[in-house]
Amino acid sequence: MSSIEIKDLHASVDGNEILRGLTLTVPKGEVHAIMGPNGSGKSTLAKVMAGHEDYQVSSGEVLLDGKNLLEMNVDARARAGLFLAFQYPAEIPGVSNANFLRAALQARLPEGEEIDAVAFYKQMYDRMDELGIDRKFTGRSVNEGFSGGEKKRNEILQMTMLEPKYAVLDETDSGLDIDALKVVAEGVNAMRSPERGFLVITHYQRLLDYIVPDHVHVLSGGRIIRSGDKGLALELEEKGYDWVKEEQLATT
Amino acid sequence: MNTDTDAAASIDIDRDKGDFHYDVEYKHDAGRGLTEETIDYIAGVKGEDRWITDFRKRAFRIFEDKPMPTHWASEDLKAINFDEIRYYLSGGDAPKRSWEDVPDEMKETFERLGIPEQERKFLAGVEAQFDSEAAYSNIKAAVSDQGVIFVNSSEGLAKHPEIFRKWFGKVIPSGDNKFSALNSAVFSGGSFIYVPPGVKVKHPLQAYFRINAEQFGQFERTLIIVDEGAELTYMEGCTAPKFETTTLHSAVVELVAMKDAKIQYITVQNWSANVFNLVTKRGLAHENAEIRWIDCNIGSRLTMKYPGVIMKGRKARGEVISIALANDGQHQDTGAKMIHAADETTSNVVSKSISVGKGRSTYRGQVHIPKHLKGCKNNTECDALLINAASRTDTYPAITVRGNQHATQHEASVSQVSEEQIFYMQQRGLSQAEAISLSVNGFVNDLVREFPMEYSVELKRLIDLEMEGSVG
Repeated sequence: MSSIEIKDLHASVDGNEILRGLTLTVPKGEVHAIMGPNGSGKSTLAKVMAGHEDYQVSSGEVLLDGKNLLEMNVDARARAGLFLAFQYPAEIPGVSNANFLRAALQARLPEGEEIDAVAFYKQMYDRMDELGIDRKFTGRSVNEGFSGGEKKRNEILQMTMLEPKYAVLDETDSGLDIDALKVVAEGVNAMRSPERGFLVITHYQRLLDYIVPDHVHVLSGGRIIRSGDKGLALELEEKGYDWVKEEQLATT
Repeated sequence: MNTDTDAAASIDIDRDKGDFHYDVEYKHDAGRGLTEETIDYIAGVKGEDRWITDFRKRAFRIFEDKPMPTHWASEDLKAINFDEIRYYLSGGDAPKRSWEDVPDEMKETFERLGIPEQERKFLAGVEAQFDSEAAYSNIKAAVSDQGVIFVNSSEGLAKHPEIFRKWFGKVIPSGDNKFSALNSAVFSGGSFIYVPPGVKVKHPLQAYFRINAEQFGQFERTLIIVDEGAELTYMEGCTAPKFETTTLHSAVVELVAMKDAKIQYITVQNWSANVFNLVTKRGLAHENAEIRWIDCNIGSRLTMKYPGVIMKGRKARGEVISIALANDGQHQDTGAKMIHAADETTSNVVSKSISVGKGRSTYRGQVHIPKHLKGCKNNTECDALLINAASRTDTYPAITVRGNQHATQHEASVSQVSEEQIFYMQQRGLSQAEAISLSVNGFVNDLVREFPMEYSVELKRLIDLEMEGSVG
């Protein structure tokens, strides 16, 4: 029950089937990495889990602690405990980071309850200090004019503030230099807990040097074609994606 | 985003705090339709001087002669049936100075709208108009002791003719447009304010205009004169119940800022969707004077309003800051008029509009800087935000600058709340309506800050309510 379970998931965009029978379980307390070549369906999986309306699910299930996510709209999924760190976070002009976070936290409270502003700011500043984010940042509009690294750090800040049960990190390493990558990885590692599951989507092994996964899965053609421990990521890095694909062909 | 289909349906929810009315016995009722007899009736009830009645009748003829401005404005104006409208309704009592003395229905109306509470909290004086006449009018003693006059227009005419007559109809002549002529013919209520030289009124004076009756026309007339070096902030709010029939609100507001004076005029209108709101507002700024119009237009069926400043004296400044929100079935046709008539005058126009569902917002700006002047500056910014695919916006800026010793700058933008923005915010747990509300509030945020705190909170709440109805 305490897991995200994806069962035989089929999903398409604009009539093209991208996910073709994907099955995967991420229990709380574990970090799973999904690797795969471009076009294998990695980002589609993230969007489908979050409920983006451009993607149509034709069959299969996604359960969050036993609850059917596919029946919920985007915000209900988020409030149920699912967080997606976006590959390309949207910009929201005129809405400050502080106000945005506050509104997101407020949305999780029962009607009539108000956020304690003092505690909120204290928590936010603590988390920002940990992530090396300047305090002036709270007054800036969400992601507007941010560098690639700033946007990714902001995603991690939001994650640490919203404390999800499950986090999906969609190519969080893309566009980051090594120092920013380390900061982001530290932020994620600090969040690792027996009460939380992670699905880390990445094209490169590099990120997994810093966020060490418990399991690695290879996605190709919309399905998991191979699973293993962290050693699989290193093997992939060395031999390339064609190696798994060829092996897959040889065994089917 | 499935926001288009359900936009209209969900707007019917009765959640507007102004949407209620009382059955009131009106002692004075001019009946339906407009003739010279209507004017005689109003003049008789008010016991006006002859020159005012003559002024009204001249204006009435101008009103009759002028065509509807549908050659440039909305065809929807044709839906106004002037023969069906009631032009004057009042209870026949003089405005009370204490809420205790205000008749029950009127007192309850203003209590539901929170006016007495606001007055206690932060206002220097309040005038509360119910249909054609003020039900309540009071100014704090500390302010009136400084010589500040704050009364309704009839009382201003009767008791202070020497100041009133000098400026009345001078900033906006009756013939300025069809609706200024209409107002000049049948005006009733509105404020007359005079601030003596050097007096800086610390807290705002407020007028609240309430329409209660169906098929009614409210025609308040406001004249504000702020003498040399004096300062005033004036705020007006307006609401009406939602009727199936059309209601007409057609005010004329004239401001006069003498040398070195400052006037800030703030409007938060939240008319119901059956109101035609056709208002003429203009200020005359003398040397080194400043006039700022801060204008928020929410609601109404059609609003046509272009606050203006005539900068008559050297170094005079004019400013219009406006927010308009057009929901389904609404058209906000707003803008600004900046007439530079002296050297080194400066004007600034910042307009932001939001169109929701099939709502339409139009910006019309006129800036005029003639050749013989030097050192004039204008800055115009107009930004439009579209929420749905069917939302509409139009911009008609007319900037006439002659001569080469001036600086003008014009920026315009149109943006749309994108699906990716909404998806992102929803993924953080906000509902679709909360997400749209937040981006709309973000869009107008810098302008909302220009309103006094008490009003900016109300403004945000109104925007949230409007947006709530805009999504499925």
